[in-house]
Amino acid sequence: MKQVPGPGSFDTAAPSIPELNRLLGDIAENRSRAAFAELFGHFAPRIKGFIMRSGASEELAEEIVQETMVTVWTKAAQFDAARAGASTWIFTIARNKRIDILRRVSRPEPDPEDPMFQPDPPMSGEEFTQSREDQVRVRAALEHLPPEQVEIVRLSFFDSLTHSEIAERLSLPLGTVKSRLRLSFRKIRSALGDER
Amino acid sequence: MMIRHHPNEATLLSHASGGLPTALSAIVATHLAVCPTCRARTAEAEAIGGALLSAVEPVEVGAGALDRALAAIDTDMPEVPSEAADAGMHNPDLPRPLGAMLPADLDSLRWWPVGPGIRQARVGTGETTVRLLRIAPGRAVPQHSHGGHEMTLIVSGSYTDEIGRFMPGDVADLDPEVTHQPVSDADTDCICVIATDAPLEFTGWVPRLMQSLVRI
Repeated sequence: MKQVPGPGSFDTAAPSIPELNRLLGDIAENRSRAAFAELFGHFAPRIKGFIMRSGASEELAEEIVQETMVTVWTKAAQFDAARAGASTWIFTIARNKRIDILRRVSRPEPDPEDPMFQPDPPMSGEEFTQSREDQVRVRAALEHLPPEQVEIVRLSFFDSLTHSEIAERLSLPLGTVKSRLRLSFRKIRSALGDER
Repeated sequence: MMIRHHPNEATLLSHASGGLPTALSAIVATHLAVCPTCRARTAEAEAIGGALLSAVEPVEVGAGALDRALAAIDTDMPEVPSEAADAGMHNPDLPRPLGAMLPADLDSLRWWPVGPGIRQARVGTGETTVRLLRIAPGRAVPQHSHGGHEMTLIVSGSYTDEIGRFMPGDVADLDPEVTHQPVSDADTDCICVIATDAPLEFTGWVPRLMQSLVRI
């Protein structure tokens, strides 16, 4: 299994995080097709690569790319750079599309319009400036995880395996799978400065 | 709503990754609707997905992929849900998505007894199937552990077990080795919703419960 690639030649050519945020803003506010094309050029091959890591067919990966990017266009106004990085936001859309297509059910999500929904407490200025750094920190933390933890995180994200499926795949007790996932998540959260 | 019991971090991570079975994700999402702390944690887990996406080796898309996307955004089609919501199923007193899976009047569900003072009902279809357990005041669910990944969300009333008191919005997300015996608190029926990662086998649950009752 490949390690998380570091910043390679491809990445240095890639748009910076503020640039990606700007493109999404341009789509939301100006319905800019040029911005969409640029964003597509960056994310479409990555979404395809991400989906194909699970052994999915090229055809399925292309379908998810299309559905994800069209949703990026329709929902661009919902993107909030203060809360999530562009690639995190687009990951969640691709994840949901994969679930919609493969399981034929809508992914259950909380609904902020629901009267029962408990809104977030107001964000502090510190949190606001931190969110754009998160992606870099998470990536660094992933690179420092022990291999057995990285493996399990990858099986969860790339392959969408359940705890039981990971246990079966790796011939591990379910409790071990859960504790490795918990440990890796704790390390990543502490890299984000969240020690709660 | 004062939330005291949360899904564990491995569960939130899998909810974020897309690796949680749909019924379990429905329970997590319902808890997230009332728990800003777990929403923040889930957002951190989603950032792992974002980091993996930005670092993954890109695979070139087919010729014409961009043109197809540009043609699609021209029509700007509104999103069509892949599964129509169950007509008539909406309970305004419960947070969504669970509220959208249940009728306003829970008494209208088909409840059947599974033990003294304990009734059960099944809601949802296919992958989103969950079961509801309704425990009369002061009644105990026989001591049990959980085979696979099983999660319980309190809908109304409350129960107390070896871990603590569970109130509406609280989630019991127990490790497989944990054995517990929930006892419904004395004031009112405790209704909770249970999801597992295994296909729901009522013939497995009922005898297990009956078996434990016979032992008592």
